Amino acid sequence: MITVTDARKNYGSFAALDDVSLDIPSGSLTALLGPSGSGKSTLLRSIAGLEGLDSGTVTIEGRDVTNEPPQRRGIGFVFQHYAAFKHMTVRDNVAFGLTIRKRPKAETDKKVDELLEIVGLDGFRNRYPAQLSGGQRQRMALARALAVDPQVLLLDEPFGALDAKVRTDLRQWLRRLHDEVHVTTVLVTHDQEEALDVADRIAVLNKGRIEQVGDPVTLYERPANDFVMGFLGSVAHFGDQLVRPHDIVLERDRATALALDAKVAGSPGVVEAVVERVVPLGFEVRVDLRADSGARFAAQITRRDAADLQLREGETVHARAVGRSSVVEVDPALAI
Amino acid sequence: MTARIHQRRGAAAAAPLPARPEADKHQPDEHRPDGNRPGEREDRDGIRPRVSGDDATDPGAAPPPSRPRRRIGLARPLGVGVVTLWLSVIVLLPLAALTVASFGEGVSGFWAAVTAPTALASLWVTVLVSAIVAVVNAVLGTLVAWVLVRDEFPGKRVVNALIDLPFALPTIVASIVLLSLYGPNSPIGVELNATRWGLVVALLFVTLPFVVRSVQPVLIEADREVEEAAASLGASNWTTFRRIVLPTLAPAILGGTGLAFARAIGEYGSVVLIGGNIPRETQVASQYIQQQIEIDRPLNAAAVSVALLAIAFLTLLVLRVLSSRTQRREERDA
Ligand SMILES: Nc1ncnc2c1ncn2[C@@H]1O[C@H](COP(=O)(O)OP(=O)(O)O)[C@@H](O)[C@H]1O
Ligand SMILES: [Mg+2]
Repeated sequence: MITVTDARKNYGSFAALDDVSLDIPSGSLTALLGPSGSGKSTLLRSIAGLEGLDSGTVTIEGRDVTNEPPQRRGIGFVFQHYAAFKHMTVRDNVAFGLTIRKRPKAETDKKVDELLEIVGLDGFRNRYPAQLSGGQRQRMALARALAVDPQVLLLDEPFGALDAKVRTDLRQWLRRLHDEVHVTTVLVTHDQEEALDVADRIAVLNKGRIEQVGDPVTLYERPANDFVMGFLGSVAHFGDQLVRPHDIVLERDRATALALDAKVAGSPGVVEAVVERVVPLGFEVRVDLRADSGARFAAQITRRDAADLQLREGETVHARAVGRSSVVEVDPALAI
Repeated sequence: MTARIHQRRGAAAAAPLPARPEADKHQPDEHRPDGNRPGEREDRDGIRPRVSGDDATDPGAAPPPSRPRRRIGLARPLGVGVVTLWLSVIVLLPLAALTVASFGEGVSGFWAAVTAPTALASLWVTVLVSAIVAVVNAVLGTLVAWVLVRDEFPGKRVVNALIDLPFALPTIVASIVLLSLYGPNSPIGVELNATRWGLVVALLFVTLPFVVRSVQPVLIEADREVEEAAASLGASNWTTFRRIVLPTLAPAILGGTGLAFARAIGEYGSVVLIGGNIPRETQVASQYIQQQIEIDRPLNAAAVSVALLAIAFLTLLVLRVLSSRTQRREERDA
């Protein structure tokens, strides 16, 4: 368990961390999710001891480490840009933590071989980092961090520098690795899809504060506020509420729409809207709409529904919202 | 949503070992001449069959040839021609003329001139003093660069600007400055006048910028996260410096030290007053050369000059080899 209590970090008069408190259960894979500049890295680096807090405490597995340097926190840290030791081979990179602890060479070699096997770099022991691809370098960095048996593994946008395909594969691999190794892991990302994909808990940060903590399903379906809702997926301003575009159903016939909407408790009602554009997106079709109030919103419907409706630009439809769990009240200041 | 997560958990449970990431499997690194053999590294149920073991397929065994890089440049023959001509006129021809002159009385004449006791002594003093200066520069120059880059203190800009002053100052002025401080009736009670330590101090003064200025930019560019990574792995500050930072700085330190050494062996102006020019004691090679010219022995002067030239050339050569060796690993294919 990592416990952060009332963590505050100021840069000048700017609060990068604004009294943040967070519990990270042992063995979990927790994502710190938020837009750029929201304080994710600052929080992670404070847990690692790479950044000192102005006030607040950090405990790792019951030990207060607030005033401990990173060397004595029992952590492994993985950086976005790998931070590889360029003048050392893959083997020496991974062995570094053990070598400086003067472990017997046989023990070190065994451990390094084991780790290289796990991260799939067993044929690359004698290469230099410059001879590896980005994904391979990051896996080397991961093996290096795991070599010292850290109590917690901290990853700061570890896949941020990789291209899309490698990124998705590597994060799923990380998930499987975590299921295997079970080390408490904290992953920083600004990519909601990545957080939903790998984490079993997500803490959403915004402007140095934590907006909500929960499992991916809860966050997606029951966001605590507009910010979380907007950050975890696309949203449509529907009437006076925010809904997910795929929770909007379009009907040709107003009576049908009203009848079906009546069955949804607490629904935002039926909105009459004009079709502005129909954009095929593969499996789904996005329909850009303009309500009679002038507000624009988009609905995302399946290809088949779109075919049944035979939508054309300029036509009028009747929109209703289902899936009430993803509906939150619009902050009046944000409403159009 | 829920279903997706369950599915993921299910897949994870079925995999006894985390499987190798897909993308990298299909990312046959260009370095492997044989590429990936389909099937051999197939990933089923997460159990990775080992690459059946001849060393030829071991990627570690065959370092990749570095790819030829496209370069932007002048039209080749023109560029090379201009460079050759320029170097010839400025450097090679005078050096060749000097070398020819030094062998004016044959190899034995050259040898006799270089091995004359005062000549040999002046060369020895030069190399000894320059070596001390080079080593001190390597250590303190790195330290100065470190402090200038990593520490904040009032007056940092002034100090930074001061570094170049000994370089910009006419060396004879440097000599007078040093003489007034360390000469007879030294205000601080340290008389180094006409001692080898006097030479060392004078040469340290004029060679100060070399290591500082070559290490500084490398330190500025250095990736701080690498040091943080070492710290997170348990390395103390000293261990991090010795095992992580120093290897990165090594080429720059070597380069700066080499330049300082080369400058020191040829230095004349700054040592001429404080050195005292005592033969076999503090007379350096450049002073010996000057003296031989004055007493009309141009052949002796030329011979010792060629010896100095050889030492300088050798120094630069050794340093080049050393630093390219440290650098090559990092830049290979980067
Ligand atoms: N060393 C620093 N000096 C001044 N401001 C900083 C420093 N480090 C971070 N910040 C500021 O703190 C805020 C949070 O930064 P960071 O934690 O890196 O955000 P994130 O990782 O979420 O993108 C940013 O607005 C950033 O500009
Ligand atoms: Mg960040």
